[in-house]
Amino acid sequence: MALASTLLFAAVAYLAVTSSPGWPRVQATFFSPSVALESLPDIARGLLVNLQVLVVGGLLVLLVGLGTAALRTLRGPAFAPLRLLATAYVDLFRGMPLIIVLYLVGFGFPALGLQGVPTSPFVLGTAAIVLVYSAYVAEVFRAGIESVHPSQRAAARSLGLTHRQTMRIVVLPQALRTVTPALLNDFVALQKDVGLISVLGAVDAVRSAQIQVGQSFNFTPYVVAGLLFVLLAVPSARLADAVTARARRRQQSGSLL
Amino acid sequence: MTVLELRGIVKAFGDDVVLRGVDLAVDEHRVVALIGGSGSGKSTLLRCASLLETVDDGQVLLDGEDVTDPRVDADQVRRRMGVVFQAYNLFPHLSVLDNVTLAPTVVHGRSRAEAVEEARALLDRIGLADKAAEYPDRLSGGQQQRVAIVRALAVRPRVLLLDEVTSALDPELVGEVLSLVREVAAQGMTIVMATHEMGFARQVADTVAFLDGGVLLESGPPAQVLGEPQHPRTRQFLARVIDAGRL
Ligand SMILES: Nc1ncnc2c1ncn2[C@@H]1O[C@H](COP(=O)(O)OP(=O)(O)O)[C@@H](O)[C@H]1O
Ligand SMILES: [Mg+2]
Repeated sequence: MALASTLLFAAVAYLAVTSSPGWPRVQATFFSPSVALESLPDIARGLLVNLQVLVVGGLLVLLVGLGTAALRTLRGPAFAPLRLLATAYVDLFRGMPLIIVLYLVGFGFPALGLQGVPTSPFVLGTAAIVLVYSAYVAEVFRAGIESVHPSQRAAARSLGLTHRQTMRIVVLPQALRTVTPALLNDFVALQKDVGLISVLGAVDAVRSAQIQVGQSFNFTPYVVAGLLFVLLAVPSARLADAVTARARRRQQSGSLL
Repeated sequence: MTVLELRGIVKAFGDDVVLRGVDLAVDEHRVVALIGGSGSGKSTLLRCASLLETVDDGQVLLDGEDVTDPRVDADQVRRRMGVVFQAYNLFPHLSVLDNVTLAPTVVHGRSRAEAVEEARALLDRIGLADKAAEYPDRLSGGQQQRVAIVRALAVRPRVLLLDEVTSALDPELVGEVLSLVREVAAQGMTIVMATHEMGFARQVADTVAFLDGGVLLESGPPAQVLGEPQHPRTRQFLARVIDAGRL
């Protein structure tokens, strides 16, 4: 039944679109098979650049996010400046649109003309993405850390574990379990946002498509690039779903305290 | 020889003064039962003694050393005490065996093999050797609490602090935990236990101390404090406990 209604809806939508007066022109400029085939190799090569940003950026985001979260959860007056700094960082970069951070980092840093400051759009684009995403991920981690019941800390400290050992061995493993679904969702978002480094001129999938559009006056390369990003995202989206479902099942069986 | 001594412990949470100068000395191989109504400060006192809370005034002495001195490394002190909580607080992501071997290996630097051997012997003694590889959520409350006691014993503590270790248990599971405590006490462990089990306190404790409104109103041998309480507040409290059918 669900399948039948879905198919019916798809058929109606398809007919409505293909019978519209502008469809032949749209088909030729957005869905041209020959242009698609021609543009595919370059766009796929560009996608490798996006993948590199994704892997390098993703790992850095985990590290910076975790570090920031750890700073925000430090207790005691001695750590107030660090806590404040971490909070200010999170507020700033969670509030700012990624595209603006990309412009500021990507064009601002090279403009300084400093020795040793990288000018590659790949490096600067990755840095901007890491700055923004780490702020999000830090909050995810912090929520996870705070979801671990204080009695777990008390038990660990009563055994003589230090604050660090307690975090590493008792709190973080439990927090990580809780936040894995949220982290995977952020990863899915990151997978498409790596396409934004094209605004700095990095020749990634989006930029390759743009170049080909300019040469052929045909928008099909954008569609190709878009579909490649979708293909990239689908497996992690499914994985996120599966992990979320598993976490929910575990919670319902009431295994955590 | 006095193992644990509390001198004039004062503790407040904001304006709420919970402990108003508590003195308590616990000699080696002795069992002190801490009784008192809910909210009288028993847990807070045990948390101060185990340095899980900082005291506002007074001292905690462990084997004669003032461990509330700010120059003392509290982590070093905590590893010499064992604490068991009302809600077990086992680590849910670690197996029973790993719960028990964690502190011996990570804190005390014993070899994994030695820690595992000792943990298995302890688990065997409480009849849970076959549960070593299980996760805590597969165990009953009574089994979890017995593992928690074994986890505290595995660090070979100077003193064991038990905070109402049977209060969260179904009535039919209380016995197995109490008999383990009895066995540990019989082997000479120094114990301070907050408890509502007056019958147990009468049998096992050397001293019963009654805490009321953050003050130790009276303490002495169980026959005296539970049998002929001097203070009207103690009599009131015990009458309520008798009404609840726990004496
Ligand atoms: N972390 C805390 N913050 C604020 N108040 C607390 C805290 N812990 C305990 N208290 C208060 O201290 C009083 C004594 O609590 P507690 O020591 O748990 O008593 P008991 O264990 O005898 O029932 C209670 O009024 C309680 O609300
Ligand atoms: Mg209590």
